[in-house]
Amino acid sequence: MSVELTAFLEATVRTATPLALAALGEVVVERAGIINISLEGIVLCGAFGALLGATHGGAVGGFAGAMALGLVAAMVFAVFAVWMRVDQIISGTAVTLLAIGLTGTFYRTLYGETGAALTIQTMGPVRIPALADVPVVGSALFNQPLVTYVTYALIPAVWWWMYRTHAGLALRAIGESPAAAEAAGIRPMRMRFAALAFGGMLGGLAGGTLVISQVGTFAEGMSAGRGFIAIAIVVLGRWHPLGVALAALVFGTASALQFLLQALGLALPYQLFLALPYVVTLAALAGVAGRVRAPASLAKADSTL
Amino acid sequence: MIRIRWAAPALVVVLVVGGTALLIAMTGHDVGRALGALFNGSVGSWYAFGSGTLLRATPLMLTGLAVAIAFRAGVFNIGAEGQFVVGAAAGAAAALALSSAPRAIALPAALIAGAVAGSVWAAIAGVLRVRFHVLEVISTIMLNFVSIHLVSYLVRGPLQEPTHVFPQTPSIPVAAQLPRLGSVTRLHAGFLVALIACVAVWWILRNTAAGFRLRAVGASPTAAQSAGRIDVARVTMRAFLISGAFAGLAGSIEVSGVTYALYENISPGYGYTAIAVALLARLDPAAILLTGTLFGMLEAGAAAMQRDAGVPSVVVSVVEAAIILALIAIHHTRQMRRSP
Repeated sequence: MSVELTAFLEATVRTATPLALAALGEVVVERAGIINISLEGIVLCGAFGALLGATHGGAVGGFAGAMALGLVAAMVFAVFAVWMRVDQIISGTAVTLLAIGLTGTFYRTLYGETGAALTIQTMGPVRIPALADVPVVGSALFNQPLVTYVTYALIPAVWWWMYRTHAGLALRAIGESPAAAEAAGIRPMRMRFAALAFGGMLGGLAGGTLVISQVGTFAEGMSAGRGFIAIAIVVLGRWHPLGVALAALVFGTASALQFLLQALGLALPYQLFLALPYVVTLAALAGVAGRVRAPASLAKADSTL
Repeated sequence: MIRIRWAAPALVVVLVVGGTALLIAMTGHDVGRALGALFNGSVGSWYAFGSGTLLRATPLMLTGLAVAIAFRAGVFNIGAEGQFVVGAAAGAAAALALSSAPRAIALPAALIAGAVAGSVWAAIAGVLRVRFHVLEVISTIMLNFVSIHLVSYLVRGPLQEPTHVFPQTPSIPVAAQLPRLGSVTRLHAGFLVALIACVAVWWILRNTAAGFRLRAVGASPTAAQSAGRIDVARVTMRAFLISGAFAGLAGSIEVSGVTYALYENISPGYGYTAIAVALLARLDPAAILLTGTLFGMLEAGAAAMQRDAGVPSVVVSVVEAAIILALIAIHHTRQMRRSP
């Protein structure tokens, strides 16, 4: 049992990592008053960027490619949602659709119809000596790919930036009232572009994590709703970096549950486990969404700038 | 919401066709051959027009109608895809259950089962929005993923064909199949259902009190509530139900008219294309007759491009996204010109 439990906890943290990364970026974006529905497309672009980068420059090139393409996708969305101030939900959906189409078209053009069993060297876990020996949670938390440790570092960093710096205060002010923020000398449009740049890079990194430290290859549509789940995680985490980290762990658990239940040999249809993360998202949102307060200017296309 | 005059959509279509040609050239394909295949596969012959364009326009019109009704009421139903899939599953299940029933019972039962299932699927998102304040964009997309796994389970479990080899249901009985329109093409009577649905919804939205309430809630929920004494929650919920019913009906019509069985990937993304269909029609149900046919042409042509010129058919998603983005950009510049 303890072997299964260890594997389960490791899988939890592993699957939570890309979700936490994407959601951490989305917290910053939403605190600036923008709901980034294109996050799904950004994660997908990140995954494709990782494939392109990794085939030329190894793991480092892969992560660089992931962040670069994530950034590009986020900037396309920013042009529409921030600069033109059009409806964020429609433009975000369109950018996601664009990402699905472009990554699919170029993938098939570059690598053929099937991708010809393209594999990338995955980045193995890095064991942190003393900490990984802590019973039960030790190896789950400290025997992970490098990008998971980056995530650990980013969580308090984003919290500190958001709540302890002047720029972070400005960001939160924009999310509540862009007009008031502007009157106080803040430039909302510039800040929103910057927030989306950050969110795009983290979303891209999330996609890169899927390819480089989990699956080892790219597949069309491999983001499989993770961008949307990350948006739900932001709601569950109450728009707070630490809350988001915890909420991401909850979803990691839901995804990892399939490994545990399969190991226990329960005779349930496997599709039930595959659908579980989405059902958990719905149930969790139903429990939380009505009782939390979103940034006041969130998703309001007409908010004055 | 999006309101644009007709010159703009026409311009958008021309621009996007040019952009597509560029993308095809960029990915190293023969542009002439690809565009030739696009033409031949969609409108090049009566057979292509009926079996290709109009056959694909049928689900696109119905799902486009589903999206338009929802968006008109301020409901961002991105879940037409899931509602379509669930409708297809329910239609197939009903048809298989009524294997010995006469056509007068089996066919309507299969189609209605699809509409009801789509409605129920949308109602989940409706209840989550109205009672629990869950953003329907997220919930409908989550339900899309759940529906895919649900069908995957059904075609490998309770509904699988008797030999248990293929992940699909057996063929539905002839009594539950939609009759063909003429003998030249594969076009079926479901196309007429789509035509009638678009015209009927257009008339209802324009001329009835219920249609007015729906539009009023979409335009401004607060004004509808205070000035019009409209029960916003009830109208919103109805929009979910009706929208889901049309998407679900599209699914059961696809099973009864085209595939005659349920399998995975039964929808090549009709529910997502539907968003582009509805937006290009400016959410006008009558205009969906046109935009649905246009996207039917595109889908049929893209399939031919893949077959004859090796261009990945997923290129259609790029075209759809480009059309949506171009439309909102034009809308934006128009507004900028109007305001001082």
